[in-house]
Amino acid sequence: MTNTLHRYGKAESFVDDYIVFSLPAKSKAAGQTGDALAAQKRFMQIAAEYKPASLGDALHGGSLRPTKSKSIFGHWGKRNKPNFKKVLEGMSKAGTMAAVFDSRANAEAFVKRIKEEDLGLSVNISSSIDNAKNACKHAGIPRHSIAYSLGFEDVGDNTPGKQAIMLSTMCGHGMLSINLAQKMMSFVKENRRTPKEAAETMARFCSCGIFNTTRARRILEDVRVGVK
Amino acid sequence: MKINPAKCVACGNCTYVCPMGAIYIDPLLQRATINRDECVECYACYNGLSKEVLPPSTVRFVRRTLANFRVRFEPEPDVCPTTAFEPDQLEWPRVVRRAFSDPRVPHESTGVSGRGTEEVKTNDVTDRVGIGEVGFTIELGRPGIGARFRDFQEMSRALAKAGVSFEKNNPISTLMTDVTTGDIRTDILNEKVMSAIIEIKVPVARTEEIMRIIWEVEKRIPTQVVIGVGVRCDADGEETMVLPILEKLGYNPQRAKTNIGLGRKVIRDLTNAAPISADKGAQPKEMVTA
Repeated sequence: MTNTLHRYGKAESFVDDYIVFSLPAKSKAAGQTGDALAAQKRFMQIAAEYKPASLGDALHGGSLRPTKSKSIFGHWGKRNKPNFKKVLEGMSKAGTMAAVFDSRANAEAFVKRIKEEDLGLSVNISSSIDNAKNACKHAGIPRHSIAYSLGFEDVGDNTPGKQAIMLSTMCGHGMLSINLAQKMMSFVKENRRTPKEAAETMARFCSCGIFNTTRARRILEDVRVGVK
Repeated sequence: MKINPAKCVACGNCTYVCPMGAIYIDPLLQRATINRDECVECYACYNGLSKEVLPPSTVRFVRRTLANFRVRFEPEPDVCPTTAFEPDQLEWPRVVRRAFSDPRVPHESTGVSGRGTEEVKTNDVTDRVGIGEVGFTIELGRPGIGARFRDFQEMSRALAKAGVSFEKNNPISTLMTDVTTGDIRTDILNEKVMSAIIEIKVPVARTEEIMRIIWEVEKRIPTQVVIGVGVRCDADGEETMVLPILEKLGYNPQRAKTNIGLGRKVIRDLTNAAPISADKGAQPKEMVTA
């Protein structure tokens, strides 16, 4: 599972945030047959053609992952960069495979292409309701089912620290702590890290690879100059 | 999870990355320490921090020396500079914390990594939520608060009292001793998890009633609730049955997970499919080969 549903923010804050993910129906009762892994590999290979912001395999991780140094010099080494090839080559078991897009055109084009591929996998779009609706319309697909997020109860639009919640909830499993998001916000404000560096630091904690660094950079730029 | 005191240099990085805020630098020990009651065994520290192998005693000496000059040793914020975290051998009932909190650990009851089930994500294949039905996912614990099973029991008992049935493959349902009362096994009631999801399905007509039950329980439990409402769209892809009810109740949904209906009973056989250009496909904006 990717737990993509409850990202905090209003619809306009998802302007550059489309998660398109595929998964097979695993229960025996569903009676689905065929090689789900092969279909998911194709899904992800096609996704990589449409300039995603991230690719993620819920089992093995995303395009930005924590590293493990073998020598003390690793402490002074350069940080790793997004590595899509590692995600594509590491897929070993069918599960939830996600592609994150930061452009409407790319997301919609990918959805249209996936419809044409007719892989037989369940495909979901996690974004604003209108973003998903428009993507379906562009591809000529009627929506099958919809899961509304009713938002975090009692967390209002003017809650202090809402930008930390916006950043933190981009990992739907809660692996990205609000404290780290706040620390990164402070680092950007103090010019100790760029928004890009801060976004990539946070992305390494999202083990499904669905953290959207483009949206995070935009939020951090707002934080830097005090836009609420 | 445990922190090896022989390796920890008390840099403090891990105190920020713990989603529960359960790690602190003990002023007497001068080492990072875990509040075990608050720790949910999510492994965000162990899995999320990059691992480095600086020599602990040297780092401590450097830190002490620099501190005299009011200069701070500051490793990258997402590294443990001495690889001090070590997984603990978890036993029952503590092991349920990890099963519900670490997304990479498949839950025994569902075989699926995570805290819930496939919900409407595979509805195009399973037909789990049909026309005229509503699937509720009631998640407790996010963002960054956590929840104990006694909180889930408070919610499940209230829902059971209303005569709803719980999704049988959901991990919380499997820990109930009686699904007709919503009782959860007593030996785990005090265990804390990052979050978990109670899943139920009711006719559309009961939507408002269920929402009011959730609101009532929310007032009594010391955690956060976030609700997902899954419904089937009509043949034109529209959903006009549940959204008006939610709006009447004061909600203005902004975000959703939309199943676009491409799932089939038989997955396409790709044996003779044209290959995707790997070179073209594997070159993102900032591609590197590690």
